[in-house]
Amino acid sequence: MEVKNIKIKGIKREDFKDNEYLEKYYVQELQQYGSNVFIGALDDLLDWGRSNSVWPLTFATSCCGIEFMSVGAARFDFARFGFEVTRSSPRQADIIVVAGTIVKKMAPVLKRLYDQMAEPKYVVAMGSCAISGGPFCDTYHVVNGVEEIIPVDVYVPGCPPRPESLLYGLMQLQRKMKLERFIEAAHKSKQRRKEAKKAALSELEKQNQQLSQES
Amino acid sequence: MFDFKIVTDWIDQTLRSYLPDFGVLVIELILVGIALLAAYAVFAIILIWFERKICAWFQCRLGPNRVGGRWGLLQTVADTIKILVKELIPINHIDKFLFYLAPFIVILGSMLSFGALPFGKGLHAIDFNIGVFYFIAVSSLGVLGVLLAGWSSNNKFSMIGAMRSGAQMVSYELSIGLSLLTMVIFAGTMQVSQLVNQQADMWFIFKGHIPAFIAFVIYLIAGHAETSRGPFDLPEAESELTAGYHTEYSGIQFGFYYLAEYLNMFIIAAIATTIFLGGWQPFHIPGWDGFNQVMDYIPTPLWFIGKTFFCIFLSLWVRWTFPRLRIDQLLRLEWKYLLPLNLLNILLMALVVISGWHF
Amino acid sequence: MDLTEKITALAPDVQVEEAQYPTYTVSSDRLHEVAWMLRKKEGYDFLLSLTGIDLGEALGVIYHLSKSENPMDLIVLKTSTTDRENPQLFSVTDIWRTANLNEREVFGLFGIRFINHPDMRRLFLNNSWNGFPFRKDYDENPELNPLNLESECQSDKLRSLSFTKQGVIEREGEVFSKEEYVVNIGPQHPATHGVLHFRVSLDGEIIKKVDPHLGYIHRGVEKMCERMSYPQMLHLTDRLDYLSAHINRHALCMCIEKAAEIEVSERVLYIRTIMDELTRIASHLLGWASMCMDMGALTAFIYGMRDREKIIDIFEATCGARLIMNYNVIGGVMYDLHPDFQKQVKEFIPYMRKMMKEYHQIFTGNIIASERMHNIGMLTKKKAIAYGVTGPSGRASGFSCDVRKHKPYGVYDKVNFSEMLREEGDAFARYMLRLDEIMESLNILEQLIDNIPEGSIQTKIKPIIRIPEGEYFQAVEAARGLFGVYICSKGDKSPYRLKFRSPGLPLISIVNLIAREEKIADLIAIGGSLDYVVPDIDR
Repeated sequence: MEVKNIKIKGIKREDFKDNEYLEKYYVQELQQYGSNVFIGALDDLLDWGRSNSVWPLTFATSCCGIEFMSVGAARFDFARFGFEVTRSSPRQADIIVVAGTIVKKMAPVLKRLYDQMAEPKYVVAMGSCAISGGPFCDTYHVVNGVEEIIPVDVYVPGCPPRPESLLYGLMQLQRKMKLERFIEAAHKSKQRRKEAKKAALSELEKQNQQLSQES
Repeated sequence: MFDFKIVTDWIDQTLRSYLPDFGVLVIELILVGIALLAAYAVFAIILIWFERKICAWFQCRLGPNRVGGRWGLLQTVADTIKILVKELIPINHIDKFLFYLAPFIVILGSMLSFGALPFGKGLHAIDFNIGVFYFIAVSSLGVLGVLLAGWSSNNKFSMIGAMRSGAQMVSYELSIGLSLLTMVIFAGTMQVSQLVNQQADMWFIFKGHIPAFIAFVIYLIAGHAETSRGPFDLPEAESELTAGYHTEYSGIQFGFYYLAEYLNMFIIAAIATTIFLGGWQPFHIPGWDGFNQVMDYIPTPLWFIGKTFFCIFLSLWVRWTFPRLRIDQLLRLEWKYLLPLNLLNILLMALVVISGWHF
Repeated sequence: MDLTEKITALAPDVQVEEAQYPTYTVSSDRLHEVAWMLRKKEGYDFLLSLTGIDLGEALGVIYHLSKSENPMDLIVLKTSTTDRENPQLFSVTDIWRTANLNEREVFGLFGIRFINHPDMRRLFLNNSWNGFPFRKDYDENPELNPLNLESECQSDKLRSLSFTKQGVIEREGEVFSKEEYVVNIGPQHPATHGVLHFRVSLDGEIIKKVDPHLGYIHRGVEKMCERMSYPQMLHLTDRLDYLSAHINRHALCMCIEKAAEIEVSERVLYIRTIMDELTRIASHLLGWASMCMDMGALTAFIYGMRDREKIIDIFEATCGARLIMNYNVIGGVMYDLHPDFQKQVKEFIPYMRKMMKEYHQIFTGNIIASERMHNIGMLTKKKAIAYGVTGPSGRASGFSCDVRKHKPYGVYDKVNFSEMLREEGDAFARYMLRLDEIMESLNILEQLIDNIPEGSIQTKIKPIIRIPEGEYFQAVEAARGLFGVYICSKGDKSPYRLKFRSPGLPLISIVNLIAREEKIADLIAIGGSLDYVVPDIDR
């Protein structure tokens, strides 16, 4: 399977540490149905737009939030990459950077925030607390990693991660976005939904038949 | 000065030789509509980019520089593509009709006034004899969209935002109207083309000196408040109401608000340009004929857009420097300071006009 | 008649100990009278900290009290109840207002119900939480309290116990009535500085009542400390109030050093003091920046963050980290200073002074900003003391509570500096006080930076540190106020009970008091001027 060349300005391909994962597993998963030439080109355009305009939700629970703010401030300036517009309303955000510990009281809130976001949406787990519970992993009230609540796309380790590593993590997310087949994914999910509906309907019919037979 | 009337007349003549009057009208309307819509979108994209760069410059940052060359010229194009493919979330327990209608009203309000702007010599889609009045009327349509959005979203933050917006816009409409009225007294006409033509030798802000300048400043403040930006962004105050009246909107519906916000800024600046800074008229100094001729070589749309962007820059400057006003401060500023000042200014202007103290 | 006799007169069964501070243990039914006497007759008007403790067969509460004239002159009051099934003690909320949230915290974590407390809801945990996690016999089985992704409906029901002639009876009440327009500000809200949740009842734009909900980042740090050895638990302190990481850790290190009788060298004292002051400047800068952001001035926020990076560079060179430094250790510091350290600090001091002028130009002098900050969120000195508000917020109300002055630690006794005080008590005073403190910290730095003596940076200590049996308390002046560490040791390598006195909790308790009848926008400005950090409140 051909892997299209994904370019991130400023960093060479060899400098990324997860090329193997992206190329071997992620691309296969995405492109198992093949891709049309025309739609592929359109997809590339969409992916270019999406990956260069990633609006994060202003969401922070603890220390990592300060580093997240630093990334937005003068020295690191994530506006350069198009991450500029931090939205406070989840409806308008594209990614949620889970910056900090998530505890059991917060878990439903985080889930709700994630549900409120509009597709396509991504999750970045920033810092060891969000990844695994970090230093607080064995207390009664801490959730051991946000993947117990919402699916995570990129993990950024550190306690707290340096701004550079968050930028690197966000670039990884851009690479992932650029590999995605957006239109096909939408098409597939529509098909899947149709199939699921059909299956459910036939199940219902079967049940009805059984019921009528029994009576 | 190149008169764009030559181009438009030529198109008109060509069409007339092939089609009946009615067909010509339909095709011309469609052409003008498409041209304006395209200009609308392009201006919005340029403006958003312009704002980001200016804001980055104020804040010692670099701003977008990864897409579209060193200057990040394509950043807003990427944003537009992104926003187009975002999901529109269906929300329960809302007033569906009003909820979906509201963004269109906002866009409509700004589009209507955008269409009547004189972009250059001969580049003027429609020239009412009550042009100024028309601007005031249609630019206040937007508040309806904001109010509806807040009302129909079934969200308390949206509701508070919409109420604030209502109070704010209704108040500041007054100042906008009165400051424009000052200039109408001065010019003696409401027709936009005449207003611009009268400024051929000298712009109104110089011609009408003190009262015109006061009116200009008041207009800028009130206009800035009308766009709900900068220190007047109470309806969508990020740190108070998360995103104010458009909290519940996602995808392109939110995109509409975003677009309209920037276009309103452009429209306010463009009206300021038209009425105070000579519209598309080049900068002329009476007596300096050589200089005036050189100025005439710069195309008129460039003059118009240049002056408009200057006004926008002023507004951005304020926006990125000042903290947000509180609702009582906001209303106090309008009703206790701007409005009385405005009324006095009208008197002063009348005095100036009667006694002929202007240039 | 000295204090012991007076207390004995009221409570004949009092046990008096002369530990680190004079300690009086009274029975639970005498407690309220003794407390009343101490407050009204003896002038102990400042309740520093209220700690719950599981004593094995009994459940107890420890009160650290002092007079507001000298907040560091402590006495300790203790009481306990042996009823573990339905423990009840008398509330002291009517005597010291700050006890309100503290008693709710103790109820949530230990299950002690306080009689006459108006609002006995759990502070940190959900109402449906099974068990009381800080008790020694708490069952940590995660199946008892599984991860629940359904939001728990916030109940407006209050349950309280009140003491009448018929005995103790249960009362029910409501936080908000049905007619009120209640808006949730938080847990995810750009202006709450983390995951704080205010339920605000509004009348138009006017705030009628604020009900803070906490615990969205309650991590159970104190419980964790009970299982860790002393050097291990140090790293948790940095993550409490992450903006004053050095200072918090300094407090715990000092408390352990004092208890285990470890001497640290002069050089370490200097280094720690300098680091504390740098932390304070960084924290106040961020506080200033985020207050500006809350009020809508984003450019000012970016300026604050820009200058904060300069301090972070200094930290990074010496400690190797930007935000959470893990620098202080028991008996010294982790690494020696970077060779460029003094140069960097000396460059920073004039730079910061120059920038302060810019801050005043861009924000303080701005008419909108000053109009928005003046005369809102008024906190009187009396209220500040009653609610235990310390730090810049307390000093802006005229409450002289600077631990650096009242009980110098580190090398604060060797430097010349004045405690910043203001009388107004409004948001502007709190705002200005922070900026003044930055200037004062720069002065302290200037005096210290050239005089760092040579010496070892670490005292040799045993691999396993055990603290002799007893109780220890150490307070420091963190960026947000008085940060205290209370250790109750049974002689093991980990503490029996460890409590952090958080400077943030009193700040939350006054929000309802000072934001009432103000506008929504003012609530945000008040929040910014109080400058709380949520993980420090929730612990």
